[in-house]
Amino acid sequence: MFGQGIKNFFDKHRPKFEKGGKLHPFQSVFEGFETFLYVSDATTKKGSHIRDYIDLKRTMIFVVIALVPTLLFGMYNIGFQHFKAIGEIADTSFFEVFIYGFLRVLPSLVVSYLVGLGIEFTFAQIKGHEINEGYLVSGILIPLVLPINTPLWMTAIAVAFSVIIAKEAFGGTGMNIWNPALIARAFLFFAYPSHMSGESVWIRLGDNADKVVDGFSGATPLGLALNGVLDYNIWDAFWGFIPGSVGETSTFAILLGAAFLIITGIGSWKIMLSTTLGALFVGILLNTFAVNAFMEIPFWHHLFLGGFAFGAVFMATDPVSASQTETGKWIYGFLIGVMAIIIRVLNPAYPEGMMLAILLMNTFAPLIDHYVVQGNIRKRIKRATVKVQS
Amino acid sequence: MSDKETLFSKKNLKLITDPLGSQNPITVQVLGICSALAVTAQMKPAFVMTISVMAVLALSNVIISLLRNSIPNRIRIIVQLVIVASLVILVDQVLKAFVYDVSKQLSVFVGLIITNCIIMGRLEAFALGNKPWPAFLDGIGNAAGYGIILIIVAFFRELLGSGSIWGYQVIPEGFYNFGYANNGLMVLSPMALITVGIIIWVQRTKNRQLIEEK
Repeated sequence: MFGQGIKNFFDKHRPKFEKGGKLHPFQSVFEGFETFLYVSDATTKKGSHIRDYIDLKRTMIFVVIALVPTLLFGMYNIGFQHFKAIGEIADTSFFEVFIYGFLRVLPSLVVSYLVGLGIEFTFAQIKGHEINEGYLVSGILIPLVLPINTPLWMTAIAVAFSVIIAKEAFGGTGMNIWNPALIARAFLFFAYPSHMSGESVWIRLGDNADKVVDGFSGATPLGLALNGVLDYNIWDAFWGFIPGSVGETSTFAILLGAAFLIITGIGSWKIMLSTTLGALFVGILLNTFAVNAFMEIPFWHHLFLGGFAFGAVFMATDPVSASQTETGKWIYGFLIGVMAIIIRVLNPAYPEGMMLAILLMNTFAPLIDHYVVQGNIRKRIKRATVKVQS
Repeated sequence: MSDKETLFSKKNLKLITDPLGSQNPITVQVLGICSALAVTAQMKPAFVMTISVMAVLALSNVIISLLRNSIPNRIRIIVQLVIVASLVILVDQVLKAFVYDVSKQLSVFVGLIITNCIIMGRLEAFALGNKPWPAFLDGIGNAAGYGIILIIVAFFRELLGSGSIWGYQVIPEGFYNFGYANNGLMVLSPMALITVGIIIWVQRTKNRQLIEEK
């Protein structure tokens, strides 16, 4: 009944937004909301096409659903790290811990969506096309890959930069070369390095900064490993009770999302698997020739630490910036895994390499596709000529 | 001498105004990009670079224009290079003598004016076929068009990257206490490329004739 009411509302007001109507300038906004709530009933006017009922908006929503476990756990972990740092985790109820994290993560989510959608709506209006739904996913990804202590104005600038420079300048959703959420993170990483790495950015202490327990560090396990200290419990890292960016810590929650993406057929399991294989491959190599503590981290631990799992499941599989060909996906994913661990372990400037690895391979994805397609053409031509000769 | 023109006839003035807008060496002809990326982290070096390029370009244009009828066509590039290189060395010596600190900041990029595409481009395209006075104006105009972009880029990079303009702090201390931070990416050269890109974007939105046909 309620749903029917909304539908009637849209039907009643549609004429105002159509050509000649009073509110025509806002047509893209109207359409954006209508198709967001209802599957479009538009039919193709010319030629014969098969229209899947899953349009881009529905695809995006599935990714957002897959991100929910990560988001919820991320919120809980922000609270958990806070109360653990001040030594009160034992006396605080689960609910209080979660609410603490929830209230800290919510503002950055709101800022991310307000700024991002604001820019998308403006561009759609100026250029006279429909609103790009791509930002639905980026909007939730960006807060998830940032440290909790990132100031909100920085989040806003990064969102604006990534939407305008990395997306709209290239032609909008579906045309971008790089993953917009990672561009936002890379922008902050190079523009404000002191706010994106180190020991003071991962745990929100708030007013309790003077109450921290003895021996409190605040660095991520990878940050510590860079200094030659291996101090983490690998099962804590798997469940996610370690400091890190909001959404990246819990490999378990990410695996739930991965399962959902694979079952619904939205994320490519080939990319996820080959990325993991690439990381394991380099991990084993480094273990074999280990000369320092970082290289001695057991190879499979790399999968649970830092942003590796999050990147492999939610960033590398972005259908726009990843390889499109099936063979290409294997090469693309494998090289991401290889690069990520190499940058992570061997480059002293970056204790985390997933972001740079994915952006690098995004750049090469079209090239990989080109050679896969060319190789296929050559193979088929060869087969054809053999037939003619015989 | 019926076709005698006044020194600042409409045609001659166009030689100066065109490169500032629709024929801009950087944003339209896309020449001299390397130095635009390298010297624009602050305004002072960008300005000194502009003046240096202007001196070299204007003088070499005049000299080549004077010699244009006596340079054998087959060795003209070598002749041009000799003249440009001598002028660049002169400019470099003057900078070292009078503004040593800026000269140190610009380091190798003054010497690299020799290879700046704008200079060879104007010599080939204009000075070889025109009289000295128009050639001089063309040199000034193109250097100014190059410089104006350099200075715009440097203004934004210095303001956002270091919080200062021309070396003077303009963003008040209070902002920093309130949580504002300088944007470290603006100091790195990729941001110069992106800033130039944005200028090109704005310019082509205003002047649609500049958009290339696909």
